[in-house]
Amino acid sequence: MTVPVRRFDAVIVGGGGAGMRAALQLSESGLKTAVLSKVFPTRSHTVAAQGGISASLGNVQEDRWEWHMYDTVKGSDWLGDQDAIEFMCRKAPEAVIELEHFGMPFDRLENGKIYQRPFGGHTQNNGETPVQRACAAADRTGHAMLHTLYQRNVRANTQFFVEWMALDLIRDEAGDVVGVTALEMETGEVYIFHAKAVLFATGGAGRIYAASTNAFINTGDGLGMCVRAGIPLEDMEFWQFHPTGVAGAGVLITEGVRGEGGILLNANGERFMERYAPNLKDLAPRDFVARSMEQEVLEGRGCGPNKDYVLLKLDHLGPDIIKQRLPGIREIAIKFAGVDPIKEPIPVIPTCHYMMGGIPTNYRGEVVIPQGDNPEARVNGFYAAGECACASVHGANRLGTNSLLDLVVFGKSAGDSMVEFIRNEMPTWKPLPANAAERSLARISRLDNQTNGEDVTEVRTAMQRTVQARAAVFRNSENLALGVKEIQEVAERVKRIQIKDKSKVFNTARVEALELENLIEVAVATLISADARKESRGAHAHADFQQRDDEVWMKHTLYYGDDRRLTYKPVHTKPLSVDYIPPKERTF
Amino acid sequence: MTDIDPVEIKRIRWRSRRGLLELDIVLERFLANGFDQLTTAELAAYRKCLELGDNDFLDYVNGKAEVDDPELAHIIGILRAV
Repeated sequence: MTVPVRRFDAVIVGGGGAGMRAALQLSESGLKTAVLSKVFPTRSHTVAAQGGISASLGNVQEDRWEWHMYDTVKGSDWLGDQDAIEFMCRKAPEAVIELEHFGMPFDRLENGKIYQRPFGGHTQNNGETPVQRACAAADRTGHAMLHTLYQRNVRANTQFFVEWMALDLIRDEAGDVVGVTALEMETGEVYIFHAKAVLFATGGAGRIYAASTNAFINTGDGLGMCVRAGIPLEDMEFWQFHPTGVAGAGVLITEGVRGEGGILLNANGERFMERYAPNLKDLAPRDFVARSMEQEVLEGRGCGPNKDYVLLKLDHLGPDIIKQRLPGIREIAIKFAGVDPIKEPIPVIPTCHYMMGGIPTNYRGEVVIPQGDNPEARVNGFYAAGECACASVHGANRLGTNSLLDLVVFGKSAGDSMVEFIRNEMPTWKPLPANAAERSLARISRLDNQTNGEDVTEVRTAMQRTVQARAAVFRNSENLALGVKEIQEVAERVKRIQIKDKSKVFNTARVEALELENLIEVAVATLISADARKESRGAHAHADFQQRDDEVWMKHTLYYGDDRRLTYKPVHTKPLSVDYIPPKERTF
Repeated sequence: MTDIDPVEIKRIRWRSRRGLLELDIVLERFLANGFDQLTTAELAAYRKCLELGDNDFLDYVNGKAEVDDPELAHIIGILRAV
């Protein structure tokens, strides 16, 4: 079967903040650049980022990039690579001012400078006092960033392929990346995108969890493609959680509700936080509350038909307080949980928010994998940026407002590296391998021909329940070992998923099946990586190994999908220009 | 809705996938329950909603913002009730 080929200098998969920032760099350099996106670019999940973008502009209070770097290293619980963290924090002011020049409507001070607001974890003088470092466009910073970058890309003649889903990475015999295959949803046809360089900016994969704040499009497509192409995934055990999302929906209930007197109950109606934290009770730190909630569920005291959530009770506060102080919460509860908190408690569960791990890259956005003695050999022609990439700046835990920064700094850096690579090393296209589209065509053909198979929604639900129960915030050896076994059983079922609708045009069922094939790779990587890490660090809190163990575990996990094995590589302890920030206990 | 091109219906279903989870949930419920009963005019209005930015769309659906476009008011009312 002949597959049509389209040829570009650079192909970018993903039209969110990172993908569009990289594309701009390439198009403005005069290179022919394509951006493939499942949805219209301004409807990428970047739109959900409200808080802001951090940069040590010092517009409101004295600030320095070195302090931002310290906060990020500490936030990462010393798993972040300090060269990449220095790079990001040093570049931050320039990156924000550049967005301002592009026309992004930041909130301003009276003197005309960009206003900066405080945000958790950002401090002056290496942890001394909080600092105002977050630049925002009202509560729509991500939205404003997407629109700004989209307009600039249109002007620079970036070619957008909207409603196209990338299927597989194409590597030649030498292992170099020479393109991707992609599905045009409108026709159902598969194409080859032949490129001198490919960038993945496919975002996160939070949909592996039953409880997730991520939009439905966040299915880890780039990560699935990497695993199938023999590229390892880094630090997949690290996921950031919020303690109280509406069970079954994922929409967040602010912690302010517990501040106002809301309490958590288990199936027996017991205020269980009194047992875990006799003094602070429901106001114990966020991660502690989240772990206690999950422990209740795991020990069989969860509520509901599947006993998989706890209850957040507010009715004792009385209708006046709820209406006055928590109006937004009442609306959310009614709309997404189907309960009015004036009368009934809200079902809640710790909810996944952000993926710290991803495709291993360096601060230049180059994908790097072990080869011989070199733990970080460049994969020629392959780049990644944004949530799908692991540079690693977030390490074991991400600071708020560092994610939008990550998108623009590493999107641009990867774009620059690609321009340099194409100009200096890749004057023309490497030939496509003979079987370039074989894997993708086989996947689609299996879906079309599968009989007596498994239902996509059922298998996806089984995957999400397993990951939620075994690898959310409460982790111990027994539970993780069970999870490894269970998720591999689910993975076997994914091999047999079936779709009823075999039509070609805008076949959403087919797209969802292909997405599940990506999600399951991420889910297996998460369980296997988490099971192996016998320490607690950042978001990976292990009940049987409660201390951070720098001697043994200050290293990055690498997961290979072909034989589901792990290797490790060192954390970068050498910043670019400043002194190493040595590990300390993470206290606040 | 029988006179509408079935391909267009499938396209609209896909475009109901958004960047914000809250919209995904509301629109998923709506696609499962209500969407198939839309009149041609309501469908045209829904298609217009899908062109909105996600934040504006959600503010309408949540009732945080008033719908000033009379063409959209009716369909947003339907979505608010989902």
